[in-house]
Amino acid sequence: MKAKIRVGIPRGLLYYKHKVLWTNFIKELGADPIISPETNKEILNNGIKHSIDEGCLSSKIYMGHVDWLRNRVDYVFVPRVASYSKNDQTCVRLFALPDIVENTFYGIKLLKYNLDIQNGKTEKVEFLKLGLKLNKNIFTVISAYKKAKIRQLEYEKGQEARQIKLLENVGKLKILIASHSYNTYDKLIGFPVKHYLEKLNTEVIYADRVSKNNAIKASCKISKSLYWSHNQEILGAVELYKDKIDGIILLTTFPCGPDSLVNDLCIRKIKNIPIAYILIDELQGEAGMHTRLESFVDIISARKGVTRCR
Amino acid sequence: MQIENKVTFPRLGNYHIPISTFVEKTLNAKVCVSPAITKRTIELGTKHSPDFVCVPFKYNIGNYIEALENGANILIQAGGGCRFGYYGEVQEEILKSLGYEFKFFNINDRKFKPLRYYELLKKINSKLTFRKFMYYFYLIYKQIFAIDKIEDYIRKNIGFEINKGDFENVEKRFLVELKKTEKIRDVNNIFTKYITLLKKIPINKPKNCLKVGIVGELYVLIEPFSNYFIEKEMASYGIEVQRYINISYLFFSRKHKKSRTLKLAKPYLQYDIGADGVDSVAHSKELAKKGFDGIIHIKPFGCMPEINCMPILQRLSQDYKIPILYFSFDSQTSETGVKTRLEAFYDMLSMRKNLNSPLAPL
Repeated sequence: MKAKIRVGIPRGLLYYKHKVLWTNFIKELGADPIISPETNKEILNNGIKHSIDEGCLSSKIYMGHVDWLRNRVDYVFVPRVASYSKNDQTCVRLFALPDIVENTFYGIKLLKYNLDIQNGKTEKVEFLKLGLKLNKNIFTVISAYKKAKIRQLEYEKGQEARQIKLLENVGKLKILIASHSYNTYDKLIGFPVKHYLEKLNTEVIYADRVSKNNAIKASCKISKSLYWSHNQEILGAVELYKDKIDGIILLTTFPCGPDSLVNDLCIRKIKNIPIAYILIDELQGEAGMHTRLESFVDIISARKGVTRCR
Repeated sequence: MQIENKVTFPRLGNYHIPISTFVEKTLNAKVCVSPAITKRTIELGTKHSPDFVCVPFKYNIGNYIEALENGANILIQAGGGCRFGYYGEVQEEILKSLGYEFKFFNINDRKFKPLRYYELLKKINSKLTFRKFMYYFYLIYKQIFAIDKIEDYIRKNIGFEINKGDFENVEKRFLVELKKTEKIRDVNNIFTKYITLLKKIPINKPKNCLKVGIVGELYVLIEPFSNYFIEKEMASYGIEVQRYINISYLFFSRKHKKSRTLKLAKPYLQYDIGADGVDSVAHSKELAKKGFDGIIHIKPFGCMPEINCMPILQRLSQDYKIPILYFSFDSQTSETGVKTRLEAFYDMLSMRKNLNSPLAPL
């Protein structure tokens, strides 16, 4: 029997957003998706070694994951996601991912698709092209895409429903982590923050578990000319949840391009909710962050007139 | 009493001349050109900007504040592919929170469409006719073209002038006269007059002089203050400098050449990497093929498209055996550091050129 093709998916950047779609699509085509492990110090260090020092921490971590995968799999899956609709685009760093990976790891075999609605590259066609590389049967590819897409939508809806339930929960303080999903769920960036907030007996709300269309509409109330779709979602979540939450944490990696402007605008425009702006770089020690989070939670509880149980 | 309208815009090299002519003629408004960039400009800008935003943002804020102090009350900002497109909204918010009163016009276009500008200008000045608009549009096109041609010639030859300061004097006189032009014929006359004047300046250019290309991000390339006058510094070593990016390239020829640039950048690039990234790669490859001695790549700190193209340039540098020097400018970069690195780069290049030295290419 022929061995299954192993396709490596780096656990970084857009993986957290599209993971169900990607893994299911590859699985349905009869290949074996291999996801790199949770980020650890070694992956981070390898990532730093293989990237430009001025790139953002999230992209350095991504390079670390690619480095971990490249000798263990047949193909590494590095898509280019440039725009989701006619009038938005993603971060410019994501534009160049396949090119950067190919030029850094010379001779690496990539699987990629190019989602760029502004230039007429739709998701369906691009997935078809991608699928035909793994499986020659076009009908299998189409049905695989459909199945994977449905599962992705179901997953997103489930996440959203669960979060709405959490928001109705009155007892605890609710804190929104307003950050890109690749920062929120990363083991080194967002996980310590989330873990510590839970330890302080607060409920953590995620900015990306919100209906995408509603969020983008809501973001127009804060900023009209914003065109980064991921930031639109985050800002929209802030706008949608603003009456239901007690505090916002803006979690950013250094030096994230879009966030540098959007967070500044967010702090200037949103007045009646406490906001903590936490900037994380590769040298982060946890003690400083703990102090900041603790004092932030203290301030919120003092505002609400609740004493925090220790 | 009605307050007089005074329009201002961020400064960029010498291009405030065509832009202010255009605004004056089409809007019938007074232009208050922000004062030339000094240390104070960047200090003001840094004070009021987000921490790690790219440096053009800080210069722009500084420009606006200084112009507002001089009485400007209409601000114009453009927009582009990377973070630049979002500058306007944040800058408006920052300046409002500082207590200034002004109107802000954000011309945020991904694509260059002159007709849309006409509609926008028509809203402000209802007397503007389309013919007039086109005439002045063509006039500033000619002005920009003249500035770029003259600067390009100066860049290539200023390092070899025999009497120090000749080129600068002519350039200054050219800019003063260009400011006064109101007709296309005048612009043409001035251009031919000064280009012949420039060509008459005695130079002593050896045949195999060092040739260095300069690529990178648009703002720091064009605004000499923001790159610590790197081109002048290079000229003082006797280097011929080649630069592709200028406003006439950006506005009038890049759009037609977009797919061509991408083709030029192959096999290093397959996709657009945002803003000027593709141009940087394509031009570096062209420079390497033409046999230039070195490339200098400059960018503001954290510039996303240029960071994207850096790993690619590194590989290009290995493949073509061409040295590339990377500079990254922020509000605090000290001038001495830039000079030292540039001097070392120059020494290395001249040793490489000398075939007897151990650094010579095999």
